[in-house]
Amino acid sequence: MNVADKKRLLREMLFARRFEERCYEAYVERKIGGFLHLYSGEEACVHGVLHAAKPGHDYVITSYRDHIHAIKCGADPRRVMAELYAKETGISRGRGGSMHIFDVANRFMGGYALVGGPFPLAAGIAKAIKMKGGDEIAICFLGDAANNQGTFHESLNMAKLWGLPVLYVCENNLYGIGTRIDRSTAVIDQYKRVSGYNIPSAQEDGQDIEKVFKAAKKAVDHVRSGKGPYFLELMTYRYRGHSMSDSNAYRSKKEERMWSERDPIIMLRDRLIEAGEMTKGDYKAMDTDVLDEIENEIIAFAEASPEPRVDELEKYVLAENDPWVYGGAR
Amino acid sequence: MAELMYWEAIRRAHDEEMANDPLVICMGEDIGVAGGTYKATNGLYDKYGPERVIDTPISENGYTGLGIGAAFLGVRPIIEIMSVNFAWLAMDQLFNSAAKVRYMSGGQLQAPVVVRSPGGTAHQLGAQHSARMEKVFMSIAGLRVVTPSNPRQAYGLIKSAVRCNDPVFINEHELMYNMKGEVPDGEYFHPLEGSELAREGSDVTLFGYNISVHWCLQAADVLARQYGISAEVVDLFALAPLDRAGIAASVRKTHRAVIVEEAEPAAGVGAEVMAIINEECFFELDAAPVRVSAANVPMPYNHKLEKAAIPNAGDVVAAVRKMFGK
Repeated sequence: MNVADKKRLLREMLFARRFEERCYEAYVERKIGGFLHLYSGEEACVHGVLHAAKPGHDYVITSYRDHIHAIKCGADPRRVMAELYAKETGISRGRGGSMHIFDVANRFMGGYALVGGPFPLAAGIAKAIKMKGGDEIAICFLGDAANNQGTFHESLNMAKLWGLPVLYVCENNLYGIGTRIDRSTAVIDQYKRVSGYNIPSAQEDGQDIEKVFKAAKKAVDHVRSGKGPYFLELMTYRYRGHSMSDSNAYRSKKEERMWSERDPIIMLRDRLIEAGEMTKGDYKAMDTDVLDEIENEIIAFAEASPEPRVDELEKYVLAENDPWVYGGAR
Repeated sequence: MAELMYWEAIRRAHDEEMANDPLVICMGEDIGVAGGTYKATNGLYDKYGPERVIDTPISENGYTGLGIGAAFLGVRPIIEIMSVNFAWLAMDQLFNSAAKVRYMSGGQLQAPVVVRSPGGTAHQLGAQHSARMEKVFMSIAGLRVVTPSNPRQAYGLIKSAVRCNDPVFINEHELMYNMKGEVPDGEYFHPLEGSELAREGSDVTLFGYNISVHWCLQAADVLARQYGISAEVVDLFALAPLDRAGIAASVRKTHRAVIVEEAEPAAGVGAEVMAIINEECFFELDAAPVRVSAANVPMPYNHKLEKAAIPNAGDVVAAVRKMFGK
């Protein structure tokens, strides 16, 4: 990871933070409805892992905490925000919402709202890659609590059995909604849970993007070289509640303070400043630039966009004009 | 036209579609080396190999989800779930992923999977192996549901379902795999929507699907022979979407309707067809529509109790006689 990479990733992570915090404001203003799950605090995970992969080329799939994953894959942040604003210009045309961001052109295969749902979908994407003979890999980002679903075990078993090119990234933020991991899960270290499937795995500090990148590089190389699945656990923390309807009362101030001292953005920023690659003023200018982009380009686009037409309510339920529905006759 | 058994027709459809497109695969429990519980994939493992004819672990939700994920990238999986009772476990992936992904992605992604599974009551298989789940599947937006009543449909519905860009659930029947019937020698693609006239009549329409079509046909024979009642039989091979126009057209002709279903009555095919009749042609009716359904019980093991729990041709005859006061 060279200095230019680090600076770019710093800006991307800062952008992600400001984007999510702006979503928070928009939700409070009732511009965004439904459920909203924010990624603040976990930025080094997706940015570090995908820096080691090929976003836009590799297939990425995740849960409902999906805005930043989509953007890192190449999704237009204006269209992600427009989706949250439920607009026709939204990336899922206002039909998906915060939990269902899709950008198939950039191979971001979606956010899914059933905890653990993407595990087998990722394995299936990997199966298709293998059949077609491409060099892509499937990368599935899910939280620690998803590992208590049956799909976790079913998918790991099949992925290993069939040697599928899939990387499972566990963003372990220590809480399944409001229940702390030690109260829901018999084995705290998630990477140990995959040993029963003979899948190589590792655990890494998810707040230090350089460490994430290094661990992810090893994981991605393993999967891309045809050696089958890999499981990477990243220890991280979400600053906000599980969703906007979460009072966040189950965590102590002390714990929150401890994690905020290991903020992934601040850590990288300070490292760049200490190395003389950046000044505090540079960072401030970067932040101003990010805030300006979010307000003047992204929010402005979402605000100005039209809503979907009610007469198109039933569009996208089934394929349009599929001749095989009529036995190929039409 | 060759006479094939229902399972042979299904097998032929698999074979042709796999030969036609290298991205067609089939997967399920015991379908490969063992050739399938009902022989529907017999010999395909040797012909197409383990990458395309996949023996899965007993993980219904997992392998259904895997098939759906592969379908996102253009693979065309035909997934066999050994018994529809086990399909409950795959509901999450089938409903939450396959049926909804086109909509919630704003049309960007589709999941063209075919899921085949035998349902129905066979012989004393008990409460957890006798489910009739078509009414559950047909209520989900984004999922097509078809149910073949004969080998020709079984063959042609798979052919079209594999090529269709929507997820299709094919509801087969445990008792029908050895049924014989004529299947066209050339390729035949059965439509995934509509209904078929299984027997023409003028006094009453008997609506059936899958195995109940045969009960309706037997009942129509008896009604004609013994009671002078001309019964039309409409085969609802497509349960989602149902053929509103076809249902209404037959009722406009006969002015009477009996819906025959192997499932329990609540929120089922009978209820739905009645609603359609009410909505489309209520004032054409000469009598209140009637449904002949299963008893609302978990399927008993005892043979006599099992027989009493599901309808038969005699029950259809009795329902029509009551309707006509004969």
